[in-house]
Amino acid sequence: MAKYVVKRICYMLLTLFTVASITFFLMRSIPGDPLASMAKTLPEQTKENFYAKYGLDQPLYKQYFKYMEGLVHLDLGESILYAGRSVTSEIARTSPVSGMVGGTALIIGTFIGVCLGMVAALKKNRWPDYVVMFIAILGATIPVFVLASLMQYVFAVQLGWLPASGWGKPVHMVLPVIVLGFGSVATYARYIKSSMLDTLGQDYVLTARAKGLSERAVILKHVLRNSLLPAVTIFSSSIVGVFTGAFVTEKMFSIPGIGLYYVSSINNNDYTMVMGTTVFYAALFIIMQLVVDFVYMILDPRIRIASDR
Amino acid sequence: MQNIPIEKFQITGLNENSMEAASRPQVGYLRDAWMRLRKNKVATASLILLFVIVLMVMIGPKLSGYAFEQIDKTARNAAPCAKHWFGTDKLGRDIFARVWISGRVSLTIGVLGALICAVIGCIYGGIAAYFGGAVDTVMMRIVEILISVPYLIVVIVFSLVLQSKGILTLILAMTITGWCTMARFVRAQMLAIKNEEYILAAQALGVRPWKVILRHMIPNTLSTVIVSITFDIPGYIFSEAFLSYIGLGIQPPNTSWGVMASSAQSVFTFYPYQLFFPAVMIALTMLCFTLLGDGLRDALDPKLRK
Amino acid sequence: MEKILEVNNLQVSFHTYAGDVKAVRGVSFELEKGETLAFVGESGCGKTVTAKAIMRLLQPPFAEIKKESKIMYQDKDVMKMSKKELQAYRGNDVGMIFQDPMTSLNPTMTIGKQIMESLMLHRKLDKKQAREEAIEMLRVVKISDAEKRVDDYPHQLSGGMRQRVMIAIALSCNPALLIADEPTTALDVTIQAQIMRLLGDLKKERDTAIILVTHDLGVVANFADRIQVMYAGQIIERGTAKEIFYHAKHPYTWALLASVPKLDTENKGELYALKGTPPDLILEMNHCPFADRCEYCMGICRETMPEETLVDGTHRVSCWLQHPSAPRVQSYYEKCGVREHE
Repeated sequence: MAKYVVKRICYMLLTLFTVASITFFLMRSIPGDPLASMAKTLPEQTKENFYAKYGLDQPLYKQYFKYMEGLVHLDLGESILYAGRSVTSEIARTSPVSGMVGGTALIIGTFIGVCLGMVAALKKNRWPDYVVMFIAILGATIPVFVLASLMQYVFAVQLGWLPASGWGKPVHMVLPVIVLGFGSVATYARYIKSSMLDTLGQDYVLTARAKGLSERAVILKHVLRNSLLPAVTIFSSSIVGVFTGAFVTEKMFSIPGIGLYYVSSINNNDYTMVMGTTVFYAALFIIMQLVVDFVYMILDPRIRIASDR
Repeated sequence: MQNIPIEKFQITGLNENSMEAASRPQVGYLRDAWMRLRKNKVATASLILLFVIVLMVMIGPKLSGYAFEQIDKTARNAAPCAKHWFGTDKLGRDIFARVWISGRVSLTIGVLGALICAVIGCIYGGIAAYFGGAVDTVMMRIVEILISVPYLIVVIVFSLVLQSKGILTLILAMTITGWCTMARFVRAQMLAIKNEEYILAAQALGVRPWKVILRHMIPNTLSTVIVSITFDIPGYIFSEAFLSYIGLGIQPPNTSWGVMASSAQSVFTFYPYQLFFPAVMIALTMLCFTLLGDGLRDALDPKLRK
Repeated sequence: MEKILEVNNLQVSFHTYAGDVKAVRGVSFELEKGETLAFVGESGCGKTVTAKAIMRLLQPPFAEIKKESKIMYQDKDVMKMSKKELQAYRGNDVGMIFQDPMTSLNPTMTIGKQIMESLMLHRKLDKKQAREEAIEMLRVVKISDAEKRVDDYPHQLSGGMRQRVMIAIALSCNPALLIADEPTTALDVTIQAQIMRLLGDLKKERDTAIILVTHDLGVVANFADRIQVMYAGQIIERGTAKEIFYHAKHPYTWALLASVPKLDTENKGELYALKGTPPDLILEMNHCPFADRCEYCMGICRETMPEETLVDGTHRVSCWLQHPSAPRVQSYYEKCGVREHE
């Protein structure tokens, strides 16, 4: 097991390195240089200092090594738009906000989705199933920004129950969490339903029934665990869903999170910021995938024991 | 026991004809799948609705009598009325015409994106599965690295790099890693089929390799590929809308459902209909493709054949 | 002898898109304490469905046991049992083993826990006692290193061992009846013999009645007291093992017997293979279901369903050849000369 973990961590580092390198060269290959639009208005001397400050006067390979060296120390450079602000500190400042909204949405959404999926599987082809599948299909087909607009319109503008946007009080989290969590609800409801139907058809469920276990005990002890297990593997993709969904929701609800920051950096051509945040997102996702894989391994005895040998 | 005439006790023996007649008529695979798809009301309705949408996208812009970029200064932000069926936007452009023109872009992106990814994915996955060994390992390692970065982030970075403004660069940005999932999927499918006993049986009978690939591998992979293309199309439509929303998608004067929705979103509280039409089109199209995909999957699944 | 199970006019239908599949069509039989009864027939003849129906394991609404059916366990009406009674009946009164030991154990639960489950449920043991008992059960089914194996997961065991675990689960509460649904079909031939021997030993030790469902007459030969041959959802011939093996009267039974490979057979030619396929069980059947595949088919066979007639003692058969007006025929099986072994 230890050997497997070490191997996986090595692969992860290799992947991170590759992704960071690719990102660097891609960003450098953008037509025109990153500072062009900023530097246009500056006098010649200031311009040179400006380029020197970001190391852009040096050959590409030197820039690359400097960038990689910075990465090792978690230094992602300095923002172009806001001189003096380091990318790392901006990420550190904004990501907890996103993490709070996204995490809450993920936990609540997953929980509700799992429950709904179970209901749909157990009441297959009866009205609860149809209701759940309707919600799931809606969640999978309505774009986030449409849902967000709708929510703002109904609950903030028409009913006035909740603030339409803003940040600071717990009430500000309600609408964004609903909008972000809706996707997870849809994904999990569908996934758990099919996974549970699959498990219910397994022979060992018949064995459990033949033992005389009550239907409740059969579901709780035999069906649930085996149908939830494969759902762990899609957890990393719902993390991504929540993070990318945040690009939209944070903008619409004016939440000062990393998603809002990322989108505004893109629109403002703040390349160091875009590059740093991209690497951050990639790293976050790669690490999450690894964590999810490890969790899966701990939960599933088949894999746990196979990797021991 | 009642009286039965003795001639009834003549042994007539086997009846070769009725022996097999007991079983139901045999139906070909595709025909059977098509019949089952047609029996699925939801899938059929989705298919019909998709036809209607495609038809409207082709002829719709002509119907309203306005060009999609034509500005009507007298009617800005007009509500739906007899003159402008779906109303107008803030520049006074006819939304009915724009919705269908946008549909062309969105559908093109969705369908082309999914097809390109399917083709690349099939070739890549097929090669990896066919050669196996070190080739497979290296190819799959590459895919794993590409897949490890969130898809939308990749698309964002590439659309920045490509400075994408039009459909083609956008599709390029979207497909640059989009094929990876398909490649992985096709490879897994191919490997699974390769180990199936009927392939071994075919090989044992001396069927030539290319015939095995043509007769068994491709048809058995194809059905699942078709299903996943159907599921991918709404994904690309959605990604395009998403990119347009954050300002990286199609640029004016071109338009798409995503562009329309994102520009309508800021005035949503005052003119909800401006968001309503493109949003409904996105949702409806995605819904139809998803439901059709569900139906296709069930119809093509040999395990469900009765 | 004490009667423990009585099944009367059992009818089971499966609702499918194509129509109702009438898988079991009026099966009646009795079982005495400690007796071993085998159900024999090809796939799809309704033998497994009958076994599951006895346990009420068929899932509504897809499967339906018709109202006319009656299943009595000792003096309890299984069809009328409440949920609670049914739970006490399953596992405690009747244990069941399934065909594929690879899939019939929960992959994410240790085998010990899976045995303990029924012990704690029916015999009200606490965790510690149940664990002791589970280890004891593993010893009973001859798994070595029981103390260690009890914490293993199913995938760590071989197929034969898993089937032993299944037997341990089924017998843990000392049921009066064990239903074994093709217990050896998925196993290697050598393992098959071991499992059958184990079942035979346990049957004697514990005086458990067994219903053995199988398509393999070879498995039945030295094991079953009585045999019931099923075809298209009906019992077409029944009797003691001796009666079926040496005095079979139904052409289908002849065909089954002739298709068992024998080492000492004088006929060195091809193994007998029955032609055709069983009838579609969606169809209503008002004549002999075997008529189309029967070498001795007569006019009457295609018109009227034969009634079950008594041959002698416990031996009954549903075939028009038993009718006094029918010609005397010699079976392929008899022609092979196997009768000489009698």
